[in-house]
Amino acid sequence: MRLFVSEGAPGSLPVLAAAGRAQCRAELLISTVGPEECVVPFLTRPKVPVLQLDSGNYLFSTSAICRYFFLLSGWEQDDLTNQWLEWEATELQPALSAALYYLVVQGKKGEDVFSLVRRALTHIDHSLSRRSCPFLAGETESLADIVLWGALYPLLQDPAYLPEELGALHSWFQTLSSQEPCQRAAETVLKQQGVLALRPYLQKQPQPSSLEGRAVSNEPEEEELATLSEEEIAMAVAAWEKGLESLPPVQPQQNPVLPVAGERNVLITSALPYVNNVPHLGNIIGCVLSADVFARYSRLRQWNTLYLCGTDEYGTATETKAMEEGLTPQEICDKYHVIHADIYRWFNISFDIFGRTTTPQQTKITQDIFQRLVARGFVLQDTVEQLRCEHCARFLADRFVEGVCPFCGYEEARGDQCDKCGKLINAIELKKPQCKVCRSCPVVKSSQHLFLDLPKLGKPLEEWLEKTLPGSDWTPNARFIIRSWIRDGLKPRCITRDLKWGTPVPLVGFENKVFYVWFDATIGYLSITANYTDQWEKWWKNPEQVSLYQFMAKDNVPFHGLVFPCSALGAEDNYTLVSHLIATEYLNYEDGKFSKSRGVGVFGDMAQDTGIPADIWRFYLLYIRPEGQDSAFSWTDMLLKNNSELLNNLGNFINRAGMFVSKFFGGFVPEMVLTSDDRRLLAHVTLELQHYHQLLEKVRIRDALRSILTISRHGNQYIQVNEPWKRIKGSEADRQRAGTVTGLAVNIAALLSIMLQPYMPTVSATIQAQLQLPPPACSILLTNFLCTLPAGHQIGTVSPLFQKLENDQIESLRQRFSGGQAKASPKPAAVETMTTAGPQQIQVLMDEVTKQGNIVRELKAQKADKNQVAAEVAKLLDLKKQLALAEGKPLETPKGKKKK
Amino acid sequence: MAAAAELTLLEKCLGLSKGNKYSAQGERQIPVLQTNNGPSLTGLTTIAAHLVQQANKEYLLGSTAEEKAVVQQWLEYRVTQVDGHSNKDDIRTVLKDLNSYLEDKVYLTGYNFTLADILLYYGLHRFIIMKLRHRLVKELPPVTASIQGWGFSRVPGSNSVCEHRCAWQVLLNQRVKFVFANLRRSCPRHWIKQKCTELRE
Repeated sequence: MRLFVSEGAPGSLPVLAAAGRAQCRAELLISTVGPEECVVPFLTRPKVPVLQLDSGNYLFSTSAICRYFFLLSGWEQDDLTNQWLEWEATELQPALSAALYYLVVQGKKGEDVFSLVRRALTHIDHSLSRRSCPFLAGETESLADIVLWGALYPLLQDPAYLPEELGALHSWFQTLSSQEPCQRAAETVLKQQGVLALRPYLQKQPQPSSLEGRAVSNEPEEEELATLSEEEIAMAVAAWEKGLESLPPVQPQQNPVLPVAGERNVLITSALPYVNNVPHLGNIIGCVLSADVFARYSRLRQWNTLYLCGTDEYGTATETKAMEEGLTPQEICDKYHVIHADIYRWFNISFDIFGRTTTPQQTKITQDIFQRLVARGFVLQDTVEQLRCEHCARFLADRFVEGVCPFCGYEEARGDQCDKCGKLINAIELKKPQCKVCRSCPVVKSSQHLFLDLPKLGKPLEEWLEKTLPGSDWTPNARFIIRSWIRDGLKPRCITRDLKWGTPVPLVGFENKVFYVWFDATIGYLSITANYTDQWEKWWKNPEQVSLYQFMAKDNVPFHGLVFPCSALGAEDNYTLVSHLIATEYLNYEDGKFSKSRGVGVFGDMAQDTGIPADIWRFYLLYIRPEGQDSAFSWTDMLLKNNSELLNNLGNFINRAGMFVSKFFGGFVPEMVLTSDDRRLLAHVTLELQHYHQLLEKVRIRDALRSILTISRHGNQYIQVNEPWKRIKGSEADRQRAGTVTGLAVNIAALLSIMLQPYMPTVSATIQAQLQLPPPACSILLTNFLCTLPAGHQIGTVSPLFQKLENDQIESLRQRFSGGQAKASPKPAAVETMTTAGPQQIQVLMDEVTKQGNIVRELKAQKADKNQVAAEVAKLLDLKKQLALAEGKPLETPKGKKKK
Repeated sequence: MAAAAELTLLEKCLGLSKGNKYSAQGERQIPVLQTNNGPSLTGLTTIAAHLVQQANKEYLLGSTAEEKAVVQQWLEYRVTQVDGHSNKDDIRTVLKDLNSYLEDKVYLTGYNFTLADILLYYGLHRFIIMKLRHRLVKELPPVTASIQGWGFSRVPGSNSVCEHRCAWQVLLNQRVKFVFANLRRSCPRHWIKQKCTELRE
């Protein structure tokens, strides 16, 4: 038999390993063909490896070839192996080929690659550990192991993609990799070049279809109805019967909230939004809204909870904005701080404090931490080459430089990071740098700067991580990001900047410099707390008693999980460090991307003008919360979820339950005589409630929302099956049954109102008012389902909770928010001033643009001095920009200019 | 055809009486079978192979090492290529490839009818029906002549739409069941022809 292989084709790995393992390598003739050669006569598309059998027939499936070798050696097929191979072909391969394509062909790295295969890897790991078998299909290694090992090897041989949490997968993989047939196959195929050996082959392949329009799924996993034991049912019923008595006394709201020894103390932060950007829906779900749900939940559990946030106000961006708007930086901050606060108020975010970073406390605490770091030798001094724009007469912060990415050649790379390849960039390495403000070319100047000596802090950092991470609820992406930073080696990190608007550096020779925002922004949490209470250290220097939960999008992980902990550890002042770092993936907008710097998508202040209530926004954003993978905001989906889940499921159930009480029982909760079906339902609801608690304790916010919807689905079914509206007209027994069903249903509605509180606070309060739920029951959520509305309880007036969203309404919203926001036309920050200019102003600006245009043309015609022309062009561009902003139009992209 | 319905149909064909219940998993609705004496089985071809063994019809999985590998290869093809694609070009490629593979064969393994034939037939079913419905059928004879012969009935001289449709419908309703009840390993080609003619009449 003849085996056709091609240089770098990943399928060769399992095939060669299987041939070695089944000892048929000797009989193999191996021919190497080009990656685009069609070996199999009946297949249109090229395919390797291929095995041509002595009969003349072809095996073109990698698994089938491996299977054939094993069959020849006398092995017999079994269900479990079949299952693994089917899973490999249908689930693992699509994910893996996408990941390899990203890694090898597109040069992406880290989380981008790993997130594609996380789910598949976790599945293998769980299967291995659940069965506590060393191999996939039993006690000895077999076909399934070889096929999966071969598929995974190119990726997993890089330890970055084999996290330690997946312990079972880890040891399985190591065991196989050390075996002789596998080792030989790996050497033959990868030739010690690692995954890059696959490049010659993968480059010739079309992009894997799993990446084309990679479907971002907003759909839930399947729900399975659990089987209940008699014991569980009995326990649920007992808890139910105890009713309101089992509620502990409600703790009075403290002011200020402080941790109490021996109790659970939860400190929650959401990433500080940068003051001069209006947050978009993606920011809102990633930070404040997620943290808000957890804070509200934490309060429902009667934990001592402090939830804080604030605006991050220092930095060049503010300075520039101030110049643009002709205000001082302080005035800019004051103005935008209010805009932020209003948006979050509208979204009903339950901050205990919403502060800001431009306060004397910030200076005091930052300088204190800094002094301690200096005293302990963790601060270095060095000269830095920096870009300076002579035209604007200032050093340019990273985000104010644009140029060509030195790694991938992308033309609009930012000074700190390339949007295309995601690599961090040192601004002076940018090719063809441009000042983002005036578009002139900056020059490199040197300046003295201070550095945080991260390498020296590596050891305490790792010790702390080892202590903190196991058993904590750090999200997998956060763990991954921190691990890859440490693996790549920590480098000293610059903590000063040549600016005025910032926290001053208290060191001789640095009077004209301030701290880099990322050194002191995370200290903002401390100073904001200090402005709330002078006892702030009870929260922030109390790691034994305080659990710190920090919420953010994944791009913020390094600063919270690594840079700040290093500063705090180095300061040696017993700071409270993050116990649970909760990072979301990204939320996309329809088919494109939300982007702070490009201004694409729906922004916080616009959500209010849509006529859709805040709670509906909260619900939908939480329903699609990018937990574990990216998700997408879609208007159509929002309509669908509102109409199906809220209106038809949740709203319908709660409304019916209440209406039955009003209509059939005069507004009084009827007597309930539980049958075995009712008890079973009680137990199911209890189980789902406990599931909800487990999920929220692990901060799996999106999944916990599904539990609420599941309970109301159970409720709807229960009503549907028992038909109280018919029974109420029947015999005495029927009427009693109608009473029981109604009573139980309205109690489920009451439970739902409490479970819903973290997600939809206004709707929750409305339900509670309609049902006249006793106040203690409103503010505490136990792990058991209680009868909170006993027989005889009088409810209030019941009315519908949700409104249907209509197609044309949603269509017009989609139009409104897509107008001029198409992918090709980035529109920096235009949204903020869109509606402020009147027609007169626009006319004035238009005249000025015309005038300035003439000046430029004249100068050019006269072949005037280059610099002079550039300056006038800059003025013209600025005017055009102002005009575009005033008209609410997208800006002409600077790209178009370059092409001229 | 949903996977569960397909498996139920397969059970009937195999003469299994008890009738399993299938649940579905995830977005793609992958079938899951809870077996009595062990862990659950997931995946269409995995469950199908399991059912074949339960029915003591192992020959449907192939008898030699080569046949077994070929059967599994086409089962994999069914769930990755046939189920995985929905755009026209991909479907066309699948049909074209199958057609040229089947040029000199009666069944996917050559002369023996196997599970691969059944599942691939079920899988292709929706394309062909779609084609008929869209009146693209004129393209069919040149592209998929041998598939038609294989899957359904090599009806001599039947080229018109109407006749194809008849052949398909007959097959839909009876053919697979019939084939299962009667076919044995290595059934000669003329025998099928004869059966097909019977069916047609």
